[in-house]
Amino acid sequence: MSRLKILTEHIDKPEITGIEGYIKHGGYRAVEKALKKMQPDEVTEEVKKSGLRGRGGAGFPTGMKWSFIFKGNDKPRYLLCNADESEPGTFKDRLLMEKIPHLLIEGMIASSFALGVKTAYIYIRGEYMYILHILQKAIDEAYAKGYLGENILGTTYSLDLHVHPGGGAYICGEETALIESLEGKRGNPRIKPPFPAVEGLWGCPTIVNNVETICKVPFIINEGGETYANIGIGASTGTKLISACGNINKPGVYEIELGVPVEEFIYSDEYCGGIKGGKQLKALVPGGSSVPILPNRLITKTAKGEPRLMSYESLSDGGFPTGSMLGSGGFIVFDEDQCIVRNTWNFSRFYHHESCGQCSPCREGTGWMEKILHRMEYGHGRMEDIDLLWDVQRKIEGNTICPFGDASAWPVAAAIRHFRDEFEWHVLHPAEATRRNYGMGRSAEPIEQVTA
Amino acid sequence: MIETTNITFSPERLAEVQTLLKRYPEGKQKSAILPILHLAQKDFGWISVEVMDYVAELLDIQHIEVYEVATFYTMFHLKPVGKNVLEVCRTGPCMLVGSDNIVKYLEQKLSIQDGETTPDGLFTIKTVECLGACGYGPMMQVGEKYHEFLSEERIDQLLEGFRQNATQP
Repeated sequence: MSRLKILTEHIDKPEITGIEGYIKHGGYRAVEKALKKMQPDEVTEEVKKSGLRGRGGAGFPTGMKWSFIFKGNDKPRYLLCNADESEPGTFKDRLLMEKIPHLLIEGMIASSFALGVKTAYIYIRGEYMYILHILQKAIDEAYAKGYLGENILGTTYSLDLHVHPGGGAYICGEETALIESLEGKRGNPRIKPPFPAVEGLWGCPTIVNNVETICKVPFIINEGGETYANIGIGASTGTKLISACGNINKPGVYEIELGVPVEEFIYSDEYCGGIKGGKQLKALVPGGSSVPILPNRLITKTAKGEPRLMSYESLSDGGFPTGSMLGSGGFIVFDEDQCIVRNTWNFSRFYHHESCGQCSPCREGTGWMEKILHRMEYGHGRMEDIDLLWDVQRKIEGNTICPFGDASAWPVAAAIRHFRDEFEWHVLHPAEATRRNYGMGRSAEPIEQVTA
Repeated sequence: MIETTNITFSPERLAEVQTLLKRYPEGKQKSAILPILHLAQKDFGWISVEVMDYVAELLDIQHIEVYEVATFYTMFHLKPVGKNVLEVCRTGPCMLVGSDNIVKYLEQKLSIQDGETTPDGLFTIKTVECLGACGYGPMMQVGEKYHEFLSEERIDQLLEGFRQNATQP
């Protein structure tokens, strides 16, 4: 079946990485149109009409975010592209930047024009250094062709675009931490307000958008916001890149029209191709490591018994006890042999490692969660540890200055909520718990036999 | 093992630093810390206190301002490392497809533990958190290159390749 591809239609064509190939396939038309035929506010209006929501994870409406940019002073304004992509399970922006870098550059130019920005930065995680070189080459090509620099395409609009490497800190994906990092400091998030749109980079009005979000802008300008809004389902408009991984036959990045049933996404040959080795599906993290895990019974159906769809609304249906989030689209699939306690410990270790240490609940709490989960996984757990874990995560959630605390708490809360019996089993069967090789699935017993 | 001797960038590198500084507004040169630390690590092998002091002087900022940044970001090696730093991702999705076994195999093959360097200074094993290759694990990063879908056989090939590179002039 042929599906609409807004971002990835030409991604497999090798020539698309260079500017000539990109132009051959219709590239930079949006810049021409925006700069020569539209006013900046008209571009923002089209983005508003499109219903585009930020693709980094939070899903905030992009056009609305742009409209918050403070115009009440004559300070420079900045657009920062968040290419930090550090959410475990998420590897979609990497594909765009590696294969079709000019799409991001075109989106940055058009978006900067809309926002009245004269200098923009792409903040890319330092580990993606090889992609940084690809982006730099593309930026150089864009300057040479007159799409960047002074008086772009003979208009009065000028823009400088730079790529800036991070240093390997997950927290720098949080917009205010990213700003701090770009200012040459530790990536400690700032208290909001003031929001970056008012006081961001170097105290100037700043908008921070994810790579995928920016890459949607050329389509919206070329085809119109309404056309984009008619794709997808309900308030989940357009397409979304989903990076699928874990125990599936076909891991990779897929562009879907929002609204595809989760069951179809997991089992159809067009997407994940089913569970590897013909095993049973045990659990799913649909939107990156921070979003709540869903157990088998809630993956394909919502709590109301309706088909679960790949959309912002459907994945969160029912609120916390029965829902999750579309998040960044980091789709992690677990087969029947995987150990939820081990996975939760692994994610807690990640969050402990990556906490910036600024807020006590997060700095201390992530470490406590990791330690408790470690002893449960390695056969030294106590039954009261489960309630202690619950208590610790409750004390982190909502009590930190940035969403990192929530991100560390939600995976623990959801794991206990849906898999409490498995935590209890670990406490009651310490010897078996330490012997089980869930990672490779060789000696694991079917989870159905694991009872307290 | 690469040692930090003669802490001075080459003229070419200094020109690169000047280009970097132009990306940021006047007086905001501190923003170039991370790009310059990356260059310093490439040239000097690791980020010693002397390297940090040198970067601070290049940027005309306090030494402490570089210390607090270099110690925050995990990509900077604050101790000497081997010529090839084998950074194996150990986070969730990579663990699901066997990263634990890859680390064990590397430790066994090189007779060192996570965080250690081989006596010949050729390899350091370092487990790291998510590298954004979740669909292609298990994986490791060596320098700027990602090595994905690792198996024991693939590890053997890679180690052999690194050893051969080391013997070439």
